[in-house]
Amino acid sequence: MKEFLFVFRNDYQAVPKGSPEEMQAETKKWMDWIGGIAAQNKLVDRGNRLGSEGNTVKPGNVITDGPFMEIKEAIGGYTLVRAESLEEATEMAKGCPIFKNGGSVEVRAINPM
Amino acid sequence: MEQTEELIPHLFRTEYRKLTAVLTKIFGLEHIEIAEDISSDTFLMASETWGIKGLPENPVAWLYTVAKNKAKDYLKRNTLFDQKITPHLQNNSSEIQEFEIDLSEQNITDCQLQMMFAVCHPTISSEAQISLSLRVLCGFGIDEIANAFLTNKEVINKRLFRAKEKLRMEQVKIEFPSQGSIEGRLEMVLRTLYLLFNEGYYSAGKDVTLRKEVCLEAMRLTNLLLENKTTNKPAVNALISLMCFHASRFEARVNVNGETILYQNQNENLWNEELITQGECFLNQASVGDKLSKYHLEAGIAYWHTHKQDTAEKWESILQLYNKLLQLEYSPIAALNRTYALSKANGKNEAIIEAEKLNLNDNHLYHALLGNLYTGIDNSKARFHFQNALKLAKSKADKTIISKNISDLGSD
Repeated sequence: MKEFLFVFRNDYQAVPKGSPEEMQAETKKWMDWIGGIAAQNKLVDRGNRLGSEGNTVKPGNVITDGPFMEIKEAIGGYTLVRAESLEEATEMAKGCPIFKNGGSVEVRAINPM
Repeated sequence: MEQTEELIPHLFRTEYRKLTAVLTKIFGLEHIEIAEDISSDTFLMASETWGIKGLPENPVAWLYTVAKNKAKDYLKRNTLFDQKITPHLQNNSSEIQEFEIDLSEQNITDCQLQMMFAVCHPTISSEAQISLSLRVLCGFGIDEIANAFLTNKEVINKRLFRAKEKLRMEQVKIEFPSQGSIEGRLEMVLRTLYLLFNEGYYSAGKDVTLRKEVCLEAMRLTNLLLENKTTNKPAVNALISLMCFHASRFEARVNVNGETILYQNQNENLWNEELITQGECFLNQASVGDKLSKYHLEAGIAYWHTHKQDTAEKWESILQLYNKLLQLEYSPIAALNRTYALSKANGKNEAIIEAEKLNLNDNHLYHALLGNLYTGIDNSKARFHFQNALKLAKSKADKTIISKNISDLGSD
């Protein structure tokens, strides 16, 4: 088994801010999806959501306040999973609730140092 | 005479472990056999003497006095005395008489707690920890332990011997863990108590009384942790809460022949309300701090199972608790239960898709689950899975239930 990183991207501006019930339904979808991966014993680390504030440091001490305004798809969170192959990990990512809001999941193999 | 015959086994169960804990603390864990021998000898003497002379006025005090004297005699005779005790007594043999063996309630409790940490030492296997707990913390006989584990006395004796060897090699002391290590060590103790309880609760052993006693012992030891300020942690409250909820179904889950009655067929009137209330109370006390242990989650699930009525809220809550539990720690049984909860909360079709991914083909419960999920949706697949389950099932009780599922499918 190899480990893979799921990187969740979304256009923050496009994510609808729903009622508490809708937000709860959204949370449930995520929890059921992650729970399903964990039930296969393929969850390595649930990971975290990332805050919307951030800075990017570039050569020459140039600091910009995050990439968020500049790119449509900002990183919103990450999760670590276990799979036999990139294909299997990709298959797992297909169930992610993020697609309903136009987001995406980048699946990357982790090469241990 | 009759009185003696009844009283001694009872006292053995309650007092043997106390004597052993206190004496082991004095002799050191490396000499635990000596402590066990002295405790056993004390009871042997009791049964001989009481049988002839009748019961003493205060049998417990009698036992303590005899145990103390035996321990002192041993210390006087043995070289152990020179190596271990003498330095503390400044080489003055006249002080032996004053050498006090503290059998006060406080010291007994302290020694038992410390013994618990020693027995649940991370260097010995959890199987051995459970056997050792049953022996030295609960005062179970070797044949009882063998019965509980569905094995024979030789296996248990070997297991105990090896565990004691290991404790000796690792030079484990009977003491309270240091402030810095208590959290990790307490986790080990909780894990063992949890397994001990499950051993009694889920064992396939036929002796219902014995199984129940194992559960009650696990609860008693957990209560010891609650009574001490340092160890009265949220996770401990969560564990006892879980045990209370499970124990509330003792009378309802087994029939007179010792066969399991499935949850849905249980008579709720036999559920113990008092234990359910206690469980709720402990669960409230567990809900402080910022650490969510697996015991919190399992107690939450067990809490919902004290409501027999199927509601959307019940199954949604159980599903989310299993989702969290699996993120904390995977186990096949949690994965199967989670998928069952998923079918109740989100419907069978979604649950079938998720069940097919679980990859637990060697597990009879996995096929039983798929059989249940397919029932009414695709009965030929249901039959296929129930038949697989039947092939893999080991216990007679499981086979009976699965056969019934198959015959309920009818012949289409």
